Amino acid sequence: MRYVDEFRDPELITKAAEEIRRLADPARHYRIMEVCGGHTHAIYRFGLKDILPENIDLIHGPGCPVCVLPMGRIDDGLSIAKESNRIFAAFGDMMRVPGAHGSPLEHKARGVDVRIVYSPADALQMARKNPDKEVIFFAIGFETTAPSTALTLMAAKAEDIRNFSVFCNHVTIIPAIRAILDSPDMRLDGFIGPGHVSTVIGCRPYEWIAKTEGKPVVTSGFEPLDLLQSIVMLLRQLESGQAKVENQYKRVVPWEGNRAALQAMAETMELRPYFEWRGLGFISQSALRIREKYSHWDAERRYPVPETRVTDPKSAQCGEVLKGVLKPHQCKLFGKECTPEHPIGALMVSAEGSCAAYYNYEHRKSLVTEIASVA
Amino acid sequence: MEGLFAPFLLSGAEGQLADAARVEVNGTPIAFTTDSFVVRPLQFPGGSIGELAINGTVNDLAVSGARPAALAVTFVLEEGLSSSVLEAEVRAMRKALARAGVPIVAGDTKVVERGKADGMYITTAGIGTPIPGVQIDARNVRPGDKVLLSGPVGDHGITILLAREELDLEADLTSDTRPVLPLVEALAAEAAPGLVWMRDPTRGGVATALNELARDCGLCAEISEEEIMIRDEVRGACELLGLDPLHIANEGQFLAVVSPEYAQIALNALQLAEGGKDARMIGEICEQPASTVVVHTRYRGSRIVDMLVGDPLPRIC
Amino acid sequence: MCLAIPGRVVELAAGQNQVGVVDVAGVRRKVQLGLLADDMPETGDWVLIHVGFAMSKISEAQATEQMHLLSMLGERELAMEEVRGYGQDEHATPTAATVTPAVNSAGISKRATEN
Repeated sequence: MRYVDEFRDPELITKAAEEIRRLADPARHYRIMEVCGGHTHAIYRFGLKDILPENIDLIHGPGCPVCVLPMGRIDDGLSIAKESNRIFAAFGDMMRVPGAHGSPLEHKARGVDVRIVYSPADALQMARKNPDKEVIFFAIGFETTAPSTALTLMAAKAEDIRNFSVFCNHVTIIPAIRAILDSPDMRLDGFIGPGHVSTVIGCRPYEWIAKTEGKPVVTSGFEPLDLLQSIVMLLRQLESGQAKVENQYKRVVPWEGNRAALQAMAETMELRPYFEWRGLGFISQSALRIREKYSHWDAERRYPVPETRVTDPKSAQCGEVLKGVLKPHQCKLFGKECTPEHPIGALMVSAEGSCAAYYNYEHRKSLVTEIASVA
Repeated sequence: MEGLFAPFLLSGAEGQLADAARVEVNGTPIAFTTDSFVVRPLQFPGGSIGELAINGTVNDLAVSGARPAALAVTFVLEEGLSSSVLEAEVRAMRKALARAGVPIVAGDTKVVERGKADGMYITTAGIGTPIPGVQIDARNVRPGDKVLLSGPVGDHGITILLAREELDLEADLTSDTRPVLPLVEALAAEAAPGLVWMRDPTRGGVATALNELARDCGLCAEISEEEIMIRDEVRGACELLGLDPLHIANEGQFLAVVSPEYAQIALNALQLAEGGKDARMIGEICEQPASTVVVHTRYRGSRIVDMLVGDPLPRIC
Repeated sequence: MCLAIPGRVVELAAGQNQVGVVDVAGVRRKVQLGLLADDMPETGDWVLIHVGFAMSKISEAQATEQMHLLSMLGERELAMEEVRGYGQDEHATPTAATVTPAVNSAGISKRATEN
C-alpha cells in the first residue's frame, strides 16, 4: 500500500529508533503526550513502546471521541431513536459503548432499529432509501469528522431530505488540551499533535502551546516512522531548549488547514457554551452544535431530549489517567471491575481509549515484566 | 457455550471443548460434531450457505483429527423462499459433498413464518473416524512446539462484509471456503506423531483460535506478523475499516501445532499438497506470558492479541 | 482519534458533483470530494480518506522529502543539518497574535458570518 508501507519500513524504523536513543538524555525523563487516540492505537498496534528507550514515557491524551463522550448522551440519542419508525445510525465505534440503559447493540437486541454506517453520507443515503422512516445519525468525532457531518447536513438541506437529522456530539480538541495543561499536577515535556485533526484546523491553533506554555508540538502522522520521526523532532527541540510547532505530517497536513472543511463546519455548526467531557468534566466552548438555520436537521431541536446525566463511579480514576497523572494500570479499577468487556470508566470504552489499548496490548505483557522483576 | 451449555448439557464431554467430541460406541472411537450456519447474504463471491454448511462440519471433524464418515442436515426455511434459491443451495451442497468425499445420510426440513429466518438456516452434524496416529489435545502442547497456518487469512470474513453492501466497498475477493481435509491428511501422513493440536480459525479469526489454544494449554502462542499471509484487498479493507485481519473469519484454513522435530516435515507436506502452497510456520509456543497470544510486529515491537468478543465492527476512530 | 487511509482516485463520477471512486489496495469505494472543493483532485491523485470523505490531497513531493530525511537519520552529521531545517520554512515568521483556543474556535464561526 503506497503511502503506508514505506512508512513501516523495518530498516528505517531501526535507524529512527537508534537516533531516538542517541538523542534521549539518559539523565532525563521525558513525558510526551500523544493527544490523539489514533496515535495511542498505533503505538500499541505496532509495538512501538518496545523500541523506545525507557526514559521516554508516552502519555495518552484525550483525543478519543468515544471515550470522552458522557454516558448520558448515548442514552439521550437512543431514547430519541427507540420510537417506532426511526433508525439510529452510528459508527461501529459506538455500538458497544454502554449507556446507563445499555449500548446501541443491546438496544438493537431489544428491537430498536440500530444500524452501523461507515460514513455520515451513508446515513443520509439511508434516509433517501427509507422515506417512511426517520434516520437519526449519531455524530461523534473531533474536527476531522465534523466537516463530513457538516457537508452531509448541507446536502440534506439542499435536497430537502426531511426524514434525516443529526444528534451532534462533535467536540474540539484545543480546549481539551488546555484543560489538561491547566491541571496543576500536570508535567509534560511536549506534544505529538493530532495529524488528522490538523488536516482540517492546520497547525496554527497549537502555537499558544509552544509560545505561552513553552512546550514543543509536532503534528504527526500515524505510521510507525511518522511517530518515531516526530519523537526525533521533539527530542531535538528539547535538546536545544526550543518550543515551537513543527509539522512532521507535511504530506497531508497543510499548515493553514483545510479552508473548505472549516467553512462547511462554520456554515452548519456553532460552539456550545460548554460541554461535558467524560473524565475531564465541563469544558467551556469545547463542542459543536447545529446552527439554527439547520434546526430541522438537528435531532436535539426536533425531538425531546431527556438530558440524562450519568456520573461515573468515584472510584474510577479516568481523569487522572487522561491527564497522564496515572498510568492506566495504576487506576484502582483497572483490569478488575473495569475491563473492555465491562467498561466502567471512559477510557476502557473504545479500543483506542488508553485503558482499553493498554489492556488489550500491554496488560499481560506487563504482568510478565513484573513477575520477572520480582524474581 | 462455556458458561451455560457446557456445565449443564455437556457432562459427557471430557477435557476442553474442541471442534468435535470423541465418543466411544461399543468400543469404537468416533468423532462427532454439529454446527449451524447463518449467513447473510446466502450467496457471496466464492461460495454460499450450502457450501459453508458442508465444509464447516467437514473441517470441524478434520481438525479434530477425524476423517468424516457421514453427515446429517437440517434446513430451516423461511416461508416464501424461492425454489431456485433453495435448489442452488442443494446443488452447492452436493458439489461440496463430492469434493470432501462424504455422504449425507439423514436430513430434515422445517418451514418458519416469513421474516423469521433470513431465507434459510442450515444445521449439519457429522461423524468421523480417527485418522490413524493423530491425537489432538491442547494439554499436550509444549513450549518449543511450532505453529503452522495453512494459508492467507481474512478472505471469507471480508468477502461477506463486502457482499452485504452496507459499507459500499467493492473488491475482487472470494471466500476461502473449502474442505481442509486433504491438507490435514497430507500433514498427518508425514507428521502424525508430531501433530499435537489443530483448529480452523472461523469466527473470531486466527486471534480467537490461538487464544483458545493458549488458554487450554496455559502457555503463550508467539506469532510473527510477517509470516501471516494477508491478501492486499483484505489488508486494504481492514485498514479502511480499522479491523485486525487476525480477527476476521476464515472458512478454508486451519492452524496446527507440531512438535519441533516434525515442524519442517509438516510444513513441507502442507506446501506440497494441493491448495497448501501458502502454508507458513507462523510462530511457536512459549512459557510466558501464560494463556496469551503475542504477535511480534515487523518492527521489533510486540503486542498482545485478544479474542474477539462479538462481531468485528468497523471503526472510524 | 481518527482513522484515515490513503487511497488513489480512480474515477470521478460523471454528472455527480464532488463524488469519486478511490482504490485502497484493490478495495474501491465511493467517496465525497466536497472537502477538497478548493483544490479538486484528478484521477490518479492520492487522497486521505476518513468516514467516506477525502480530507486532504497527499503530496508526493512531501512524502519523498520525508523518506529522504528518514534515510539520512543514520548519517548523523548530515542528518542533524537536514532535520533541523525540516519544518521551519513555513513558520519562520510566526504570527504576532497568540491564538487562544476559544478565539480560534470562535474564529471558525466568525468566518461564516463574514462570508
